Formats: sequence, C-alpha cells, structure tokens
Amino acid sequence: MHIRDSLKLVTAVTALLLPLSASASAEAVALPDDPAAKGLAIAEETDRRNQGFGDTKATMKMILENAYGETSERALRSMTLENPNPEEGDWTLNVFDKPRDVDGTALLTYAKILDPDDQWMYLPAVKRVKRISSVNKSGPFMGSEFAFEDFSSTEVGKYSYKWLRDELCPEPVAERTCHVTERYPLYEHSGYTRQVVWTDTTDYQGRKVEYYDRKGELLKTLTLTDYKLYESKFWRAHDLFMANVVTGKSTRLTWEEYSFGNGLTQNDFSTNALQRAR
Amino acid sequence: MNDWVVAYGKAIVKFRWLVVLASVAGVLYLASGGRFIEFSNDYRYFFTDQNPNLQAFERLERTYTSPDTLLWVLKPDEGKVTTPERLAIVKEITERAWQTPFSTRVDSLTNYQYTSAENDDLTVRDLVEDPASLSAAEADAIGAIALAEPVIANRLISEDETTTAIAATLKMPRDDQQATAEVMAHARALLADMRAAHPDIRFELTGSVALSNSFAEAAQRDLATLTPAMYLVLALTVFFLTRSIPGTIATILVVTLSAAAAMGLVMGWAGVKLTPPSSGAPTIILTIAVADSIHILVTMLIEMRRGLSKHDAIVESLRVNWGPVFLTSVTTAIGFASLNFSDAPPFRDLGNTAAVGALIAWFLSVTLLPALAAILPMKAKDTLVRQSEFMGRIAEVVIANRRVLLVGMIVVIAGLATLLPRFTFNDRFVTYFDERMEFRVASDWAADNLTGIYQISYSLGSGETGGVSNPEYVAKVEDFANWFRTQPEVVHVSTFSDVMKRINKSMHGDDESYYRVPDDREMAAQFLLLYEMSLPYGLDLNDQINVDKSATKLTLTLTDISTVEMQGLIDRADRWLKTNAPEHMYSYPAGQAVMFAFIGRNNFNAMTTGTAIALVLISACLMLALRNLRLGIVSLIPNLTPPIAAFGILALFTTEVGFWSTFVIATALGLIVDATVHFLSKYRRASIEQGKSPEDSVRYAFSTVGTALWVSTFVLIVGFAILALSPFKVNAMLGIMVALTVAVALIIDFLLLPALLITVDRRKKIAPPADVVASASPAE
Repeated sequence: MHIRDSLKLVTAVTALLLPLSASASAEAVALPDDPAAKGLAIAEETDRRNQGFGDTKATMKMILENAYGETSERALRSMTLENPNPEEGDWTLNVFDKPRDVDGTALLTYAKILDPDDQWMYLPAVKRVKRISSVNKSGPFMGSEFAFEDFSSTEVGKYSYKWLRDELCPEPVAERTCHVTERYPLYEHSGYTRQVVWTDTTDYQGRKVEYYDRKGELLKTLTLTDYKLYESKFWRAHDLFMANVVTGKSTRLTWEEYSFGNGLTQNDFSTNALQRAR
Repeated sequence: MNDWVVAYGKAIVKFRWLVVLASVAGVLYLASGGRFIEFSNDYRYFFTDQNPNLQAFERLERTYTSPDTLLWVLKPDEGKVTTPERLAIVKEITERAWQTPFSTRVDSLTNYQYTSAENDDLTVRDLVEDPASLSAAEADAIGAIALAEPVIANRLISEDETTTAIAATLKMPRDDQQATAEVMAHARALLADMRAAHPDIRFELTGSVALSNSFAEAAQRDLATLTPAMYLVLALTVFFLTRSIPGTIATILVVTLSAAAAMGLVMGWAGVKLTPPSSGAPTIILTIAVADSIHILVTMLIEMRRGLSKHDAIVESLRVNWGPVFLTSVTTAIGFASLNFSDAPPFRDLGNTAAVGALIAWFLSVTLLPALAAILPMKAKDTLVRQSEFMGRIAEVVIANRRVLLVGMIVVIAGLATLLPRFTFNDRFVTYFDERMEFRVASDWAADNLTGIYQISYSLGSGETGGVSNPEYVAKVEDFANWFRTQPEVVHVSTFSDVMKRINKSMHGDDESYYRVPDDREMAAQFLLLYEMSLPYGLDLNDQINVDKSATKLTLTLTDISTVEMQGLIDRADRWLKTNAPEHMYSYPAGQAVMFAFIGRNNFNAMTTGTAIALVLISACLMLALRNLRLGIVSLIPNLTPPIAAFGILALFTTEVGFWSTFVIATALGLIVDATVHFLSKYRRASIEQGKSPEDSVRYAFSTVGTALWVSTFVLIVGFAILALSPFKVNAMLGIMVALTVAVALIIDFLLLPALLITVDRRKKIAPPADVVASASPAE
C-alpha cells in the first residue's frame, strides 16, 4: 500500500508537470534521470499521446497455432470508450463472431487500476447476462496465448516502472531508438512478475513486450507492428504477434476497420446494451 | 598362416617398445573422446522414432501440454490433511512449486478452481484461499467438497482425506541433463524443507521428471560402483590364475584401455548419449577383454614352464591363439552388434560399444599385451600345471560316464525347455529401480496411499471444429469415462465431461439437477467461454482441449498393474471405442505407461530376428573356422541350449520377465560361442590332424584349454554378475541372466559336448583323410 500511495503521489506530481514540459515538443520529451521516475515518465508519455481519443470501433481476428502447426481462428468486434476518470480504466465491449457457437456472445469490461476489472458476459443461448466474479483473469483469452490484460487498455497506474536502457528498436523499425523499461504489476493476482517493454522514442508506441511468469522466467514475447495513425495523432498497432516461448504455441491478433469518433456514450456500455450488442 | 603369425610375433617382440608406445598413443586418442560424454535421462530414448507408441505420445504432447510432471505427496502420521495448519502447508508447497524451473502449471487442493453461483454471478476462485482464516470445521468441510469433485478426488486427495498431492506440470527441454538436475534440486530442496519443518508428516516426491532423473542417477551409480568392483575382481582372478604381478598389470592395462577406447569412440567421438543400459558397457568390455588376454598369457606361461624362453613363448602363444582369439572376438562382436535390431536405442548403444570394445580388445591383445609381456619380467609358476592335471581328471570322469551324461543332460535341458512358454512380459517402469532408489520408494508409497504413477491418455476427436461443445460428443466422452470407472485397474479418470457438467451446474444456480452434460450446443460453448474467461494463469483448459476445440484429452490413472493387465485394459478400451463411439473419436492410447507396456513385445519381435541373424552369422564363422560341417552342426547344440536351460532355470523362480530378457540371448551367444570354439578347435586338431581317437581328442582338449576356459568363464560370470548389483533392475537382470547362461554353457561344454563328440565320432568312425584339412585353419 505504501507503493500505491507513493505512486499516486508521483503520478499526481508528474501529471501537473507534464503539460508544461511535454506539450511543448512532442519529439523531445524531457525525462528524469532516476530509472523509476524515468520509466514512469515514459509510460505516462505513451498514455498522454493516447488521451482524448474518445471512442473507437474495430474488428479483431486471432489466429491460434499450436506447436504442431494446427491453427484455429477467433473473431470479434470491439468498441472502446475512453474513461475521463484517471482513477479508472477504459470501458470496452466485445462481441464474439467466431467460433460460430459463441456468435453473439458479448463481453463488457470496466477496467480498473488495482482492483479486479468488472466484467459481464451476455450469453445469447440462455439470453442472460452473467457477471464474472474472479480475482484472477490472467488465463488465456479464448484459448489463445493472449490474456485479456495483454491486449486490453494499459493503464499507467497498473504498474511500477524502471527504465533499463535505450537501444535500437526491434525489427521492422530497427533503425530507431527504443526506451527499454521494466514494469511490475501492482495487482497482486497478476499472472506476471514483470514485463519488459520496448517503447519507440520517436512516437512513444510499444514495439515489443516480454512477459515473465511468476518464477521470473520469460514466458511470452509480444511483437507489435503495422502501426497506423488515426486522426493524425493516435497510433494503433494492427498486428500483435504473441509467441509462447515455453510451449511453442503462438497467436497472431490483427485489428481491422478502426474508426474514431463514433459518438459512443456510456449508454452503449451498460449491461442492457450488452444484450442488444449483437 | 602359421609362418605369417610367427613372423608377426617375432616383430612384436623385436619392436616391443615401439608397439607399446604406438598402441597406447592410438588408444588414448580414441579414449580422449571421453571428455565429450553426456548422460541422457530421457525415458523417450528407450524408443525409436518409428515406435507408434512414442509417436502417439508426442502427438498428444504437441496437441495439449507437456506430459512431464512432479508430484509432491504428503500424509500426516495421524489424522486428516484437512486442517487449517495442513492446508497451509499444501498452499505453501503450491506456491513454491510454481517456482520450479520449467513449471507451467501447478494443481493442488488449495488452488483447485472452485466454481459457484450466486444469482447471475459466476464465481471462480481457489478452493482454499487463506487457510489460516479457516476454522477447524471449515477446513474439515474442504475434504467433503474436494471428494465431490471428480477432477481431484482420488488424484489430489485420497478417499479417507489423509493423503494429498501437489502436482506440477513441466515443459522440460528435451533430454537436457542440466535442466533435470536443476528441477530436481529445486524439488528436493522443497521436499527437504518440508520434512524438516513438519516431522509429523511424511513427504515424498515422484512424477515423470523424477523418473527421468532416476535413469541418469542409476547410470552414474553403475559407473561409480560397478566398474571399480569389476576391476578388483579382474585383478584378483588374473593374479590367482597366473600368480604373476606383471601379467596382471599388463592384463588390467589392456582391458582398461579397451573399455576406455570403446567408450571414448562410441560415446565421445560419435556422440552417443550414455544411458543406464549403455553404462553397463565398460563392465561388459572389461569382462570380454580379459578373456583374450587370459588365453594369450596362460599359453605363454605354460610354454615358459615347458622350457621355452620368454620371447619364444610369446611367439608360440600368438601362433596357437591367433585364430581362436580372433574368431571369438568376431563372434562376440557379432552377438553384441545384433542388439542393433532392438527397438530400444540404449541397447543398440550398449551393443555397439561392447562390439567395438571386443574388437579393440582383440587388437590390444595381439599388440600391446605381447609387447608388454616382452618388456615386463615374467616367471611361470607351478599352479598352472596343477590346474592342467585337474582338467585331465575331469576329462577321465566325463569319458567314463559319457552315456549317463548324454542322456541326463538332454533330459534336464528338455525339461527346462518345457518351462519357457510360461513367461510373460512385465515392464512396470517403477520396478526398473530397486528400493535403493528414492523414486521407487516414493512411487510405491504414493500408489499405496493416493494415486498411481501409470497414466494413459486418449485424445478423443469430435470430428468438427468447436465440436467439444456438441452434447452428443460430450455425452459419449462421459460414457467412455464411466466405462473406465467400472474397470478394476482404473484409479482415476480425468475427463472434460466432468468439467462441462460442473460448469452447467454452476451456470444454473448450483442446481444439482443440472450436474449433467448441457443439452444445447451453443449454450455449452458459451458457458465454456465464460468459464475460460474466469480462469487464472496456468490453470486453464488448454491442457485438455486442443486449439480448434475439436478434441479433448481423457486421462486414466491406473493401479499398480502388470503390463499384461495394462494391455488387457487397452484392448478392452479399444473394443469399447470401436463398438460404441463414432469413428472420429477413435484414438490410440498414449503415455509413458503405454510405451513401456509394449516395449517387451516390440523388442521381442525385433530381437527374435536379430538373434536369429546373429546365430546364423556366428555359426557360419564357426564352420568356416573349423573347416568342418559336422563339427559346425555339433557346435549348435552347446551354443543354443545354454540360453534355453538358463531361462528354464529362471522359470523355476519367476514367470515374469522385463524387456531386458529379449537381449540376453544375443548378448550371451557371442560369449558362449567362445568356449565352444576353443574346445572344438583343440578337439579338431587332435582328432583330425593328429588322428587321435575321440576319447584322446577330448583329453587333449581338456588339458590344453580346460583351464583357460573355466577361468575365462569364471571372469565372465563374475563380470556379468556384478551388474546384478546395479540399482537399475534392467541391468541387474540382464547381468544375472547372461552370467547364468555363460555358467550353463560351460557345464554343457564340459559335460555334454565331449559326450556328444565321442558318441557322434564313434558312430562315424570313417575319419576324413588328413589332407582335406591340411591347409592350416585359422581356428588353431
């Protein structure tokens, strides 16, 4: 709890300072020297650059592959509403299209910072909304190598940080420089002990994330590519490739048909809306 | 030929220093490969890539999760495990088990994902979240809840709630000794901490990683204890026979270099990994190599006793022994090489190493040994002559009682042969290790108190993507699981149908009447999606559902049954599937237990061919060497009957054999042939070349090679009997049976063969004219 308090303080202080320093120049971000503060500042810069996106709609496809080379496909549509309250995360509504048996099933998520997310699922087969009450949802999302937390919104307050080094970015942007930051989940039921993030110094977008399991060993590697710019300021990666280094399984997650400014409101993200979502 | 050998012998004596230096240098170069030797601890190495059981096993592994496990089992001396304190211990082990290198999943009583319903909420949580906060009554109630869950009842908790297990699933790098050692160090440290902290509770560690580790430890133990023991026996035997310290030293040097060079060449330079069976190779090479040296040394000492100078004695010994020593080395190598027909690669390695060792031993026996003998001071002692006289007395007894011996021996061998059909294969891999191995003790105890180690898995296909939600499919899976539950051999069945039923019940407000397969496909799929969304890291369903949700894994845990009973169960299950299930559900069973269940049968089929080919080749060598078809045919009897008689003797004690038994004949054949070759070649020389009567020829054979034969047989018996000390029972039984076969072979060579030769040659008194065999044969 001491960590949380001090973190909130750091967040608050930096939040005050940031508009002064960072808004002046998007390219040259002034970062503190202390590794922890620098790591946090990098995360906040990433977060800041995504502020004000309002809402998005997109479709998602996942291709799962096991060590045997067998593949399987999942597809869903996703809506996100930016939550202006910094104490809470964004709201998302996912409607599943594939596999066929779960067509029309919808998942509503109110992301939290340090508490379990609030989640409801609408099951068309029984025409009921069920609340998912589980403290630990770090298991595979639809049998894929992604946990829900791996591709849903990343809130700054979910982690503490440590800047490690700057180095060349991974392919396909190997000519650029990346900040390499370690982040530690503050939520006690997280499935990970730490993550290492490569953040591009030019646009502050993530290029690669390494996930370490609870014994501190590398479990999965996420590569984010095919970034596109929307509204001339919001970057979105369209290709997320998660490789499980332990089991040899992998999942390619692709986003398509991104649209911004759809005029979505909180009414579109209620349990009632969930039942109509199809 | 003889002239050539004499010239060769003289050259060896003349250039003795050069020969010693060159041969030692060459052999040391081969042996230097030893620095590359690596141990293998992969039980999969016992199977070839073509083995259908291994293929099924690997398919299952790649489709679902790794099958490697570690199991910590605990049982308090008194009372149940369901107290707050003891549940806290389970939770602590669970947490620490997660820290095991390469672990991907840990299942225990405390982290079992317990589902419950409240209004429209689905709650999924650890069965025991905070043991300390539980009252005694609440903790006690956990037992009843757990036993009502078929997923964990009888697997993670015993019926009487006194024993519980924490199971870790690991994704081990394939055949990485370092990784296994690391995992075992962690697992054992946890075990040791628990034992120290809770003396009133018994903790044991088992699982497939512990099995792998036991293979490596058994191999290391064999090398560390058996090989030195073998040296001691060799040194003593050679010394008592020759009473010559230099002779003993020379012999020890030759056999050591043979074993080291063979190991260095095969295991080092060729990069073959060392396994428990192949770790028996040095002991076997020492044994077979010493026979060559003994023949050459003994002849040399006898000749010196007769008055020849040392150097002349060496040349004479080489002349007399050249053929037989070469022939016996080749037949030994053929016998071992036939192990290549085996379906178990470790035995191929053993065969190849021993075959190479036999050839290197031959080479050193005709180069290094005589050169060393020429350098070292040697004196002949009286004992040799006395032994020779003793052999003469045996010859007289045999000749006098030949009819009784002939009939008696044939009756005994035939009687023993009738016992052979009683044998059945049993390869429970836990019993490969004796009670000195921690793994054996732990596994037996775990099987007695909670759950067996033998598991069989089926990947049951639904025939369509997403078909695991098809009610018909799930119902059929449940039927199959229920059928298994009525089988006496089955302790536990882990099936997806139980998961589905459990979710269905929770989705209907925990209404007991919904504890059944959901009757609507979409509903089942959506329930499953919701349930999967609720599971934490590492406790997902990916270990029992494949990626496109078209198949699920059903896993049986078996009681401590024999492999014959296991085959019976597999056959019955096969019939059930074919009769009751749709074709796409048909599946081949997989698992370590299945692989080992068929290892006996597979190797028996493979080695029957291998042994037959070895027999034909060895007999051909013999006939060629003896240049005599009749003697060649006669030789089949002392070569073939010893394994029959030896297994007949074994049948008096037990009717169950492991897959090791399929290697006994091939291994023993090359060795027992040696005695026959020596005896027959001497008999032939007396009978055909010198025209002696059969009786006198027998006397001659006994007096010339009798001593060397019983001594080299004695060394073989002791050498293979030393393998009996191995904690790895496959090596121990192979050793015992080869020793027994060799012993029986000597008895037959001394008692039956002379009687047979006299009887056959008496009847066929027209001896072939001497000129037919005037050209010197290599077998002299």
